[in-house]
Amino acid sequence: MSMNRATAANMVLIALLLALPPLAGLMDGEFYIILVSRALILAIAAVSLNFILGFGGMVSFGQAAFIGIGAYVVGAGTMHAFEDGIEWLGNGYTQLALTVLFSAVAATVIGAISLRTKGVYFIMITLAFGQMLYFVAVGLEIYGGDDGLSLYQRSEMPGLPDLSDDRVLYYFSLGVLLLFLYLSHRVLHSRFGKVLTGCRLNEQRMAALGFPTYRYRLVAFVIAGVMTGIAGFLLANQTDFISPAMMHWTRSGDLIIMIVLGGIGTVFGPVYGALAFLLLEEFLSGIPVTIAGYRIGEYWQLIFGPVLILIILYARGGIYGFLQPRSNGK
Amino acid sequence: MTTPVLEARQLIKRFGGLVATDNLSMTVNPGELHAVIGPNGAGKTTLIGQLTGAIRPDGGDIFLHGRRITHMPTFRRSRLGLARSFQITSVFSEMTVLENVALAVQAHSGHSFRFWKPALRDPALREAAEQALDFIGLAPRRDEQVGNLSHGEQRQLEMAMALATKPRILLLDEPMAGMSQEETARMVAILGPLKKSVPILLIEHDMDAVFALADRISVLVYGRIIASGSPDAIRINPEVKAAYLGDDDA
Amino acid sequence: MNWILLLEQSLNGIQLGMLLFLLAAGLTLIFGIMDLVNLAHGSLYMLGAYYAATLTEWTGSFPLAVVLALPLAMLTGIVVEVVALRSFYSRSHLDQVLATFGLILFFNELVRLIWGPAGLDIPLPAYLATSIEILPGIPYPTYRLVILAVGILVALGLYFLVSRTRIGMLIRAGASDREMVGALGINIRLLYSIIFGIGAMLAGLAGMMAGPILSVEIGMGESILILAFVVIVIGGIGSIRGAFIASLMVGLIDTLGRSFLPDILGLFLSSGYASTAAPALSSMMIYIIMAIVLALRPEGLFPPKGAR
Repeated sequence: MSMNRATAANMVLIALLLALPPLAGLMDGEFYIILVSRALILAIAAVSLNFILGFGGMVSFGQAAFIGIGAYVVGAGTMHAFEDGIEWLGNGYTQLALTVLFSAVAATVIGAISLRTKGVYFIMITLAFGQMLYFVAVGLEIYGGDDGLSLYQRSEMPGLPDLSDDRVLYYFSLGVLLLFLYLSHRVLHSRFGKVLTGCRLNEQRMAALGFPTYRYRLVAFVIAGVMTGIAGFLLANQTDFISPAMMHWTRSGDLIIMIVLGGIGTVFGPVYGALAFLLLEEFLSGIPVTIAGYRIGEYWQLIFGPVLILIILYARGGIYGFLQPRSNGK
Repeated sequence: MTTPVLEARQLIKRFGGLVATDNLSMTVNPGELHAVIGPNGAGKTTLIGQLTGAIRPDGGDIFLHGRRITHMPTFRRSRLGLARSFQITSVFSEMTVLENVALAVQAHSGHSFRFWKPALRDPALREAAEQALDFIGLAPRRDEQVGNLSHGEQRQLEMAMALATKPRILLLDEPMAGMSQEETARMVAILGPLKKSVPILLIEHDMDAVFALADRISVLVYGRIIASGSPDAIRINPEVKAAYLGDDDA
Repeated sequence: MNWILLLEQSLNGIQLGMLLFLLAAGLTLIFGIMDLVNLAHGSLYMLGAYYAATLTEWTGSFPLAVVLALPLAMLTGIVVEVVALRSFYSRSHLDQVLATFGLILFFNELVRLIWGPAGLDIPLPAYLATSIEILPGIPYPTYRLVILAVGILVALGLYFLVSRTRIGMLIRAGASDREMVGALGINIRLLYSIIFGIGAMLAGLAGMMAGPILSVEIGMGESILILAFVVIVIGGIGSIRGAFIASLMVGLIDTLGRSFLPDILGLFLSSGYASTAAPALSSMMIYIIMAIVLALRPEGLFPPKGAR
């Protein structure tokens, strides 16, 4: 395969991400490691959601719920490990396994019901289920209810460097992201990926060809749920804190924005989207200009909202659309 | 008497007050091309929809090879060998020609819970897809984006996809619509020999094609079959003439 | 079981149902007719409440403020439709969702800029801040009964509008066949603006009515918006009748669930578990009901005729 502009940009991006911690160390910019860690983790969630949204055309508006599941497994796990002496719940591998299990069960139930419906019903139902889990988290007084819970310590992963070092967590997250990107790429071109793409383009046609589309879509939904759950596992560790706010429906909206910003349906697009989203937030909220006593940066969403509308109107391909003008599919 | 390949018995479908299919019975027999003609709004596409499972009938039954399939979901009917083409060209425009047909092949070669190997490098899918494209005459265009095909070529692709599922019966919803004369002639040349191995239910407006191909013609008006018989019998049927002259002068 | 509490909570539930109906009616009209998913409907609800709060402060009268705020809410809706949303009718639902999500961000921030981050209170006039004996010895707040009455009046008004008037005929025609309406020479753009305006006015009205009993604050429209989504999913998108019945269902189940579930769970579980599980479970109840309805009828209880 010849090296096109997008592939080159991807390579440069990966190199930059790999080099960031030592560079930041030189410039005394620990802040950037934390900021980009967060972006990497949100990118993982966006890549996961893109799996169903971009490849499969399923507009799930409740994806942040799975972030919540992963995060609450970590938060609850370390709490029980410390307060109740249930040591094995503090173990990162156990927590990952439980994250996968709970996310898969939740995604199976939510998906099985939601995928019976189509179009806007699907959007609203996934939104409602996401919000349901949010309220469940609010109702969990034992884990701090509305206020959430501070982590006693990060997940313990024997055999790996200590996650409580921000750099280790950074590289761990980057590793997961690259792994998920590779998985997405493989799956997209596999038989399963072809079916998923077909379902997005024309589900009725797929059924007429003989595909039991519901089953395939459900499996994709579960895979995406599990992947997003793992993003939640990382996010809890990164912020050392869990709260229902992580799974609020607006967080699901943010994920969709990242995907669209980066380039929907492309393997790498969501990564650009997540980075752009966080950098845009940093940039806009830092605008120092003051008009009539109001600092613009403080009201950055006043700008971001309309900008978002304009992007959707005029720049459908997102960032990836500029890198790779549509020629040969995706 | 042989079992019909496909049979509809007293099929009824209403949309609100409108009766789109009115107690309709018909068969498609082995080796036969059975054409259904009728003015616009006669309920032809509704009929195909019910036969393929996209629309649920309000009454009556459908049998495929003698097996009742009235309430079977679309994908199962397809697995039993019922293939269709769509009136509105219904191909995957963001994929290449070959990818489209490979997907059709894939539908009938085991499950697709295969997540790792690239589908298009799989010789099993590729060879069968190329064969179907050869048969329909689209092989030279196989790597083209479907969006770049002419309308007639897309209709051909639609047919190639239906054939790639190795059907036991074909339901064709206006396959010649929008085709040039040349393309229509090619389609007639393909369908003529094909019907011996795969029986066909053809819905078509192009009367020359219908009378050239059909073994049997049924005339559908307001959801009811008003006449059914050989092309010669239909040609001289006074009721058919009346229905067509009454409705089709627009 | 405490029968008086049950009666009170049922009335509260119906009253929540009425607020939900005011929101859901607009949502379902806008979706059913224009095929537009409007997440920012909750922002219109919030704006209605803020308008009423400010106008109450200026005029000193809550009822007068509502009368003045209604056209303002409608105007806001029409401006939003013309400026931002008109270009999105032909777009995918995903695009609509994102664009209206952008509107939410914008409006939340705008409200913070204009009214500040702290919430507002809407004081009720003395004659509304009283109680009425609904049964001998059982007082119930007058204002909550007013909300009930307003909801029922709006439901009747909408029924009349949709089934008896020319604009209603157009609404029904537009829902089933927009090309035909266009062919009849009716200005579809204007029709859509008016419908959106009506929807915005109803949402605003809901916000105004909710103002005095809930706090007027940023983001107040979001959680109730999601309840309204549940309502129209249960009721069948595009159906006013479905929205009305589902609103009552959701309002009642949610309110009664929250007040009685702890007791009911207490019958089966130890009180410790019951008090832990009840808040989480009661907030799940309407979603469980929604799941059951969808499992049985994926298009809702009352899918409008001609719906796909």
